[in-house]
Amino acid sequence: MRCGVVVFPGSNCDHDVYHVLKHVLGQETTFLWHEDTGLKGCELIVLPGGWSYGDYLRGGAMAALAPVMAAVKRHAEAGGPVLGICNGFQVLLEAKLLPGATRRNAALRFECRDVHLKVERNDLPFTRRYAAGQVIRMPIAHGEGNYEDSAEALDRLERNRQVVLRYVAPDGALDPAWNFNGSARAIAGVVNERGNVLGLMPHPERCAEEVLGNTDGLALFAGLVESAARPGARPAVAAKAAKPKAPRRAALRR
Amino acid sequence: MRARVEVYPRREILDPQGKAIRSALERSGFDRVQAVRAGKSFEIDLETDDRAAAEAALKRMCEQLLANTVVEEYEIEILEEARP
Repeated sequence: MRCGVVVFPGSNCDHDVYHVLKHVLGQETTFLWHEDTGLKGCELIVLPGGWSYGDYLRGGAMAALAPVMAAVKRHAEAGGPVLGICNGFQVLLEAKLLPGATRRNAALRFECRDVHLKVERNDLPFTRRYAAGQVIRMPIAHGEGNYEDSAEALDRLERNRQVVLRYVAPDGALDPAWNFNGSARAIAGVVNERGNVLGLMPHPERCAEEVLGNTDGLALFAGLVESAARPGARPAVAAKAAKPKAPRRAALRR
Repeated sequence: MRARVEVYPRREILDPQGKAIRSALERSGFDRVQAVRAGKSFEIDLETDDRAAAEAALKRMCEQLLANTVVEEYEIEILEEARP
Protein backbone atom coordinates (compact mmCIF):
# COMPACT_ATOMS: atom_id res chain seq x y z
CA MET A 1 0.00 0.00 0.00
CA ARG A 2 1.40 3.38 -0.93
CA CYS A 3 1.23 5.59 2.15
CA GLY A 4 1.62 9.36 2.43
CA VAL A 5 2.49 11.18 5.63
CA VAL A 6 1.65 14.88 5.43
CA VAL A 7 4.24 17.25 6.84
CA PHE A 8 3.09 20.67 7.99
CA PRO A 9 5.50 23.20 9.44
CA GLY A 10 5.50 22.13 13.08
CA SER A 11 4.53 18.49 12.58
CA ASN A 12 6.66 16.40 14.92
CA CYS A 13 5.25 12.88 14.78
CA ASP A 14 5.67 12.57 11.01
CA HIS A 15 8.83 10.46 11.20
CA ASP A 16 7.31 8.14 13.82
CA VAL A 17 4.37 7.37 11.53
CA TYR A 18 6.70 7.01 8.54
CA HIS A 19 8.83 4.55 10.52
CA VAL A 20 5.88 2.36 11.48
CA LEU A 21 4.47 2.23 7.96
CA LYS A 22 7.78 1.83 6.15
CA HIS A 23 9.99 -0.15 8.51
CA VAL A 24 7.61 -2.02 10.77
CA LEU A 25 4.95 -2.83 8.17
CA GLY A 26 7.17 -2.72 5.10
CA GLN A 27 4.93 -0.40 3.10
CA GLU A 28 5.99 2.04 0.40
CA THR A 29 5.79 5.34 2.24
CA THR A 30 6.48 8.92 1.31
CA PHE A 31 6.22 12.34 2.91
CA LEU A 32 3.81 14.88 1.45
CA TRP A 33 4.60 18.57 1.94
CA HIS A 34 1.88 20.96 3.07
CA GLU A 35 2.29 22.96 -0.15
CA ASP A 36 1.83 19.93 -2.40
CA THR A 37 -1.32 20.02 -4.47
CA GLY A 38 -1.36 16.28 -5.20
CA LEU A 39 -0.93 13.12 -3.16
CA LYS A 40 1.72 11.37 -5.32
CA GLY A 41 -0.58 8.40 -5.85
CA CYS A 42 -0.82 7.56 -2.15
CA GLU A 43 -3.69 5.32 -1.09
CA LEU A 44 -3.47 5.96 2.66
CA ILE A 45 -3.04 9.51 3.95
CA VAL A 46 -1.90 10.14 7.52
CA LEU A 47 -1.99 13.56 9.17
CA PRO A 48 0.51 13.25 12.03
CA GLY A 49 0.69 14.92 15.40
CA GLY A 50 2.64 18.01 16.32
CA TRP A 51 1.99 21.74 16.38
CA SER A 52 1.14 22.56 12.79
CA TYR A 53 1.76 26.27 12.13
CA GLY A 54 2.51 26.67 15.82
CA ASP A 55 -1.15 25.95 16.61
CA TYR A 56 -1.78 29.62 15.82
CA LEU A 57 -5.43 30.61 16.28
CA ARG A 58 -6.55 27.06 17.18
CA GLY A 59 -4.98 23.63 16.89
CA GLY A 60 -5.21 22.59 13.24
CA ALA A 61 -6.95 25.77 12.07
CA MET A 62 -4.20 27.02 9.77
CA ALA A 63 -3.22 23.55 8.53
CA ALA A 64 -6.82 22.90 7.46
CA LEU A 65 -6.35 25.62 4.83
CA ALA A 66 -2.99 24.35 3.52
CA PRO A 67 -2.88 23.53 -0.22
CA VAL A 68 -2.41 19.80 0.40
CA MET A 69 -5.70 19.66 2.30
CA ALA A 70 -7.74 20.28 -0.87
CA ALA A 71 -6.23 17.07 -2.26
CA VAL A 72 -6.80 15.25 1.04
CA LYS A 73 -10.46 16.31 0.93
CA ARG A 74 -10.85 14.97 -2.61
CA HIS A 75 -9.18 11.73 -1.52
CA ALA A 76 -11.57 11.40 1.43
CA GLU A 77 -14.61 12.22 -0.69
CA ALA A 78 -13.56 9.49 -3.12
CA GLY A 79 -13.56 7.00 -0.22
CA GLY A 80 -9.79 6.87 0.31
CA PRO A 81 -8.62 6.17 3.86
CA VAL A 82 -7.43 9.15 5.93
CA LEU A 83 -6.05 8.90 9.46
CA GLY A 84 -5.52 11.93 11.69
CA ILE A 85 -3.55 11.54 14.90
CA CYS A 86 -3.61 14.14 17.69
CA ASN A 87 -2.91 17.44 15.90
CA GLY A 88 -3.81 15.60 12.69
CA PHE A 89 -7.22 14.86 14.25
CA GLN A 90 -7.61 18.58 14.97
CA VAL A 91 -6.76 19.35 11.34
CA LEU A 92 -9.52 16.95 10.21
CA LEU A 93 -11.98 18.66 12.58
CA GLU A 94 -11.02 22.13 11.36
CA ALA A 95 -11.22 20.95 7.74
CA LYS A 96 -14.75 19.68 8.51
CA LEU A 97 -13.80 16.20 7.38
CA LEU A 98 -14.93 15.11 10.84
CA PRO A 99 -17.60 16.67 13.08
CA GLY A 100 -16.92 18.40 16.41
CA ALA A 101 -14.05 20.38 17.89
CA THR A 102 -11.37 19.99 20.52
CA ARG A 103 -10.85 22.51 23.26
CA ARG A 104 -8.43 23.03 26.11
CA ASN A 105 -8.31 20.01 28.43
CA ALA A 106 -10.89 20.46 31.18
CA ALA A 107 -8.22 20.54 33.90
CA LEU A 108 -6.12 23.00 31.82
CA ARG A 109 -3.18 20.62 32.01
CA PHE A 110 -1.12 19.13 29.21
CA GLU A 111 -1.66 15.38 29.65
CA CYS A 112 1.22 13.09 28.73
CA ARG A 113 0.43 9.56 29.90
CA ASP A 114 -0.92 6.17 28.87
CA VAL A 115 -4.69 5.87 28.63
CA HIS A 116 -7.04 2.94 28.17
CA LEU A 117 -9.35 2.93 25.20
CA LYS A 118 -12.37 0.85 24.39
CA VAL A 119 -12.67 -0.11 20.73
CA GLU A 120 -16.38 0.43 20.08
CA ARG A 121 -16.50 -1.24 16.66
CA ASN A 122 -14.22 -3.41 14.59
CA ASP A 123 -15.97 -3.28 11.23
CA LEU A 124 -13.70 -0.50 9.96
CA PRO A 125 -10.36 -0.79 8.13
CA PHE A 126 -8.83 1.04 11.10
CA THR A 127 -10.09 -1.39 13.73
CA ARG A 128 -10.52 -4.75 11.99
CA ARG A 129 -7.54 -6.24 13.84
CA TYR A 130 -9.09 -5.43 17.22
CA ALA A 131 -12.02 -7.16 18.87
CA ALA A 132 -15.19 -5.11 19.40
CA GLY A 133 -15.20 -4.00 23.02
CA GLN A 134 -11.47 -4.68 23.40
CA VAL A 135 -9.61 -2.40 25.81
CA ILE A 136 -6.24 -1.22 24.52
CA ARG A 137 -3.55 1.04 25.94
CA MET A 138 -2.11 4.02 24.09
CA PRO A 139 -0.19 7.14 25.04
CA ILE A 140 -1.70 10.61 24.82
CA ALA A 141 0.24 13.89 24.77
CA HIS A 142 -1.92 16.95 24.30
CA GLY A 143 -3.21 20.11 25.92
CA GLU A 144 -6.29 20.49 23.73
CA GLY A 145 -8.02 17.17 23.30
CA ASN A 146 -11.27 17.91 25.05
CA TYR A 147 -13.76 16.79 22.38
CA GLU A 148 -16.94 18.81 22.20
CA ASP A 149 -20.01 19.20 20.06
CA SER A 150 -23.66 20.09 20.57
CA ALA A 151 -25.85 17.52 22.34
CA GLU A 152 -27.74 16.84 19.10
CA ALA A 153 -24.51 16.34 17.17
CA LEU A 154 -23.20 13.98 19.85
CA ASP A 155 -26.45 12.01 19.76
CA ARG A 156 -26.13 11.77 15.99
CA LEU A 157 -22.56 10.47 16.37
CA GLU A 158 -23.76 7.77 18.75
CA ARG A 159 -26.69 6.80 16.52
CA ASN A 160 -24.39 6.48 13.50
CA ARG A 161 -21.82 4.54 15.55
CA GLN A 162 -19.19 7.14 14.70
CA VAL A 163 -17.58 6.99 18.14
CA VAL A 164 -14.80 4.47 17.55
CA LEU A 165 -12.64 4.92 20.66
CA ARG A 166 -13.56 5.97 24.19
CA TYR A 167 -11.44 6.69 27.25
CA VAL A 168 -12.20 4.02 29.84
CA ALA A 169 -10.80 2.54 33.04
CA PRO A 170 -8.45 -0.45 32.60
CA ASP A 171 -11.42 -2.80 33.09
CA GLY A 172 -13.33 -1.10 30.28
CA ALA A 173 -15.77 0.82 32.48
CA LEU A 174 -16.68 4.41 31.69
CA ASP A 175 -15.19 6.49 34.50
CA PRO A 176 -14.64 10.28 34.48
CA ALA A 177 -11.40 9.72 36.44
CA TRP A 178 -9.94 7.99 33.35
CA ASN A 179 -11.15 10.65 30.90
CA PHE A 180 -8.16 12.91 31.43
CA ASN A 181 -9.05 15.68 29.01
CA GLY A 182 -12.75 15.85 29.89
CA SER A 183 -14.02 14.90 26.42
CA ALA A 184 -17.77 14.80 25.93
CA ARG A 185 -18.95 11.20 26.30
CA ALA A 186 -15.31 10.18 26.79
CA ILE A 187 -14.75 10.37 23.05
CA ALA A 188 -11.14 9.65 22.01
CA GLY A 189 -11.66 8.89 18.34
CA VAL A 190 -14.39 9.45 15.73
CA VAL A 191 -14.94 8.28 12.18
CA ASN A 192 -16.94 9.96 9.41
CA GLU A 193 -20.27 8.50 8.34
CA ARG A 194 -18.73 6.72 5.39
CA GLY A 195 -16.14 5.06 7.62
CA ASN A 196 -12.97 6.08 5.74
CA VAL A 197 -11.77 9.08 7.79
CA LEU A 198 -10.68 8.44 11.38
CA GLY A 199 -9.33 10.95 13.86
CA LEU A 200 -8.03 10.17 17.35
CA MET A 201 -6.14 12.03 20.04
CA PRO A 202 -4.01 9.09 21.28
CA HIS A 203 -0.83 8.08 19.46
CA PRO A 204 -0.91 4.58 17.92
CA GLU A 205 2.48 5.19 16.25
CA ARG A 206 4.09 5.50 19.68
CA CYS A 207 3.06 1.98 20.67
CA ALA A 208 3.64 -0.07 17.55
CA GLU A 209 6.89 -1.90 18.31
CA GLU A 210 8.09 -4.32 20.97
CA VAL A 211 11.04 -2.09 21.74
CA LEU A 212 8.60 0.58 22.93
CA GLY A 213 7.05 -1.81 25.43
CA ASN A 214 3.58 -1.67 23.89
CA THR A 215 2.32 -2.77 20.48
CA ASP A 216 -1.38 -2.00 20.91
CA GLY A 217 -1.20 0.66 18.19
CA LEU A 218 0.25 -1.56 15.50
CA ALA A 219 -3.04 -3.32 14.75
CA LEU A 220 -4.54 -0.01 13.63
CA PHE A 221 -1.96 0.47 10.89
CA ALA A 222 -1.85 -3.25 10.09
CA GLY A 223 -5.63 -3.32 9.63
CA LEU A 224 -5.44 -0.44 7.15
CA VAL A 225 -2.68 -2.11 5.17
CA GLU A 226 -4.50 -5.42 5.21
CA SER A 227 -7.84 -3.99 4.07
CA ALA A 228 -6.19 -2.21 1.16
CA ALA A 229 -4.04 -5.09 0.00
CA ARG A 230 -6.11 -8.23 0.39
CA PRO A 231 -9.53 -7.68 1.86
CA GLY A 232 -10.26 -10.66 4.04
CA ALA A 233 -6.66 -11.80 4.22
CA ARG A 234 -4.57 -11.48 7.34
CA PRO A 235 -0.96 -11.04 6.29
CA ALA A 236 1.55 -11.54 9.03
CA VAL A 237 2.41 -8.21 10.54
CA ALA A 238 5.98 -7.66 9.41
CA ALA A 239 7.44 -8.24 12.83
CA LYS A 240 10.36 -9.90 11.12
CA ALA A 241 10.89 -6.94 8.84
CA ALA A 242 11.28 -4.71 11.86
CA LYS A 243 14.99 -4.36 12.18
CA PRO A 244 15.75 -1.64 14.68
CA LYS A 245 18.75 0.23 13.35
CA ALA A 246 19.89 1.42 16.72
CA PRO A 247 20.71 -1.08 19.46
CA ARG A 248 17.96 -1.56 22.00
CA ARG A 249 18.25 0.81 24.85
CA ALA A 250 17.20 -0.44 28.23
CA ALA A 251 16.36 3.10 29.27
CA LEU A 252 13.34 3.03 26.99
CA ARG A 253 11.77 0.25 29.04
CA ARG A 254 11.84 1.73 32.47
CA MET B 1 -11.86 50.59 7.17
CA ARG B 2 -10.88 49.13 10.50
CA ALA B 3 -12.88 46.45 12.23
CA ARG B 4 -12.66 44.46 15.42
CA VAL B 5 -13.69 40.85 15.61
CA GLU B 6 -14.16 39.21 18.99
CA VAL B 7 -14.39 35.47 19.38
CA TYR B 8 -15.66 33.82 22.56
CA PRO B 9 -16.49 30.30 23.65
CA ARG B 10 -20.21 29.73 23.29
CA ARG B 11 -22.09 30.50 26.49
CA GLU B 12 -23.68 27.07 26.73
CA ILE B 13 -20.26 25.41 26.59
CA LEU B 14 -18.14 25.11 29.70
CA ASP B 15 -15.12 27.43 29.37
CA PRO B 16 -12.36 25.89 31.51
CA GLN B 17 -10.04 28.84 30.93
CA GLY B 18 -12.61 31.44 31.95
CA LYS B 19 -13.49 29.36 34.98
CA ALA B 20 -9.84 29.17 36.05
CA ILE B 21 -9.42 32.93 35.64
CA ARG B 22 -12.57 33.54 37.67
CA SER B 23 -11.28 31.42 40.55
CA ALA B 24 -7.87 33.14 40.38
CA LEU B 25 -9.63 36.50 40.62
CA GLU B 26 -11.59 35.20 43.57
CA ARG B 27 -8.38 34.12 45.29
CA SER B 28 -7.02 37.61 44.64
CA GLY B 29 -9.85 39.11 46.62
CA PHE B 30 -12.25 39.93 43.78
CA ASP B 31 -14.97 37.83 45.32
CA ARG B 32 -17.86 39.41 43.42
CA VAL B 33 -16.79 38.18 39.99
CA GLN B 34 -19.58 35.90 38.87
CA ALA B 35 -18.23 34.66 35.56
CA VAL B 36 -15.38 35.20 33.11
CA ARG B 37 -15.23 34.23 29.48
CA ALA B 38 -11.80 34.27 27.88
CA GLY B 39 -11.82 35.08 24.17
CA LYS B 40 -9.73 36.47 21.35
CA SER B 41 -9.75 39.84 19.66
CA PHE B 42 -8.68 40.65 16.09
CA GLU B 43 -8.16 44.12 14.64
CA ILE B 44 -8.57 43.95 10.88
CA ASP B 45 -7.81 46.68 8.35
CA LEU B 46 -9.76 46.39 5.12
CA GLU B 47 -9.16 48.12 1.83
CA THR B 48 -12.70 49.31 1.28
CA ASP B 49 -15.14 52.09 2.14
CA ASP B 50 -18.17 49.90 1.59
CA ARG B 51 -19.47 49.03 5.04
CA ALA B 52 -21.92 46.39 3.90
CA ALA B 53 -19.30 44.64 1.79
CA ALA B 54 -16.82 44.81 4.67
CA GLU B 55 -19.29 43.31 7.11
CA ALA B 56 -20.14 40.53 4.70
CA ALA B 57 -16.44 39.76 4.18
CA LEU B 58 -15.78 39.81 7.93
CA LYS B 59 -18.63 37.39 8.52
CA ARG B 60 -17.14 35.00 5.97
CA MET B 61 -13.73 35.35 7.63
CA CYS B 62 -15.26 34.38 10.96
CA GLU B 63 -17.12 31.40 9.56
CA GLN B 64 -14.15 30.11 7.60
CA LEU B 65 -11.23 30.77 9.90
CA LEU B 66 -11.39 33.21 12.81
CA ALA B 67 -13.96 31.26 14.83
CA ASN B 68 -14.73 27.59 15.14
CA THR B 69 -18.49 27.88 15.26
CA VAL B 70 -18.83 24.42 16.79
CA VAL B 71 -17.63 25.83 20.10
CA GLU B 72 -17.21 29.58 19.55
CA GLU B 73 -19.30 32.62 18.69
CA TYR B 74 -18.15 35.92 17.24
CA GLU B 75 -18.98 39.62 17.21
CA ILE B 76 -18.04 42.10 14.48
CA GLU B 77 -17.62 45.80 15.15
CA ILE B 78 -16.62 48.49 12.63
CA LEU B 79 -14.18 50.84 14.40
CA GLU B 80 -13.35 53.35 11.65
CA GLU B 81 -15.22 53.96 8.43
CA ALA B 82 -12.33 55.66 6.62
CA ARG B 83 -9.34 53.85 5.23
CA PRO B 84 -6.60 53.63 7.80
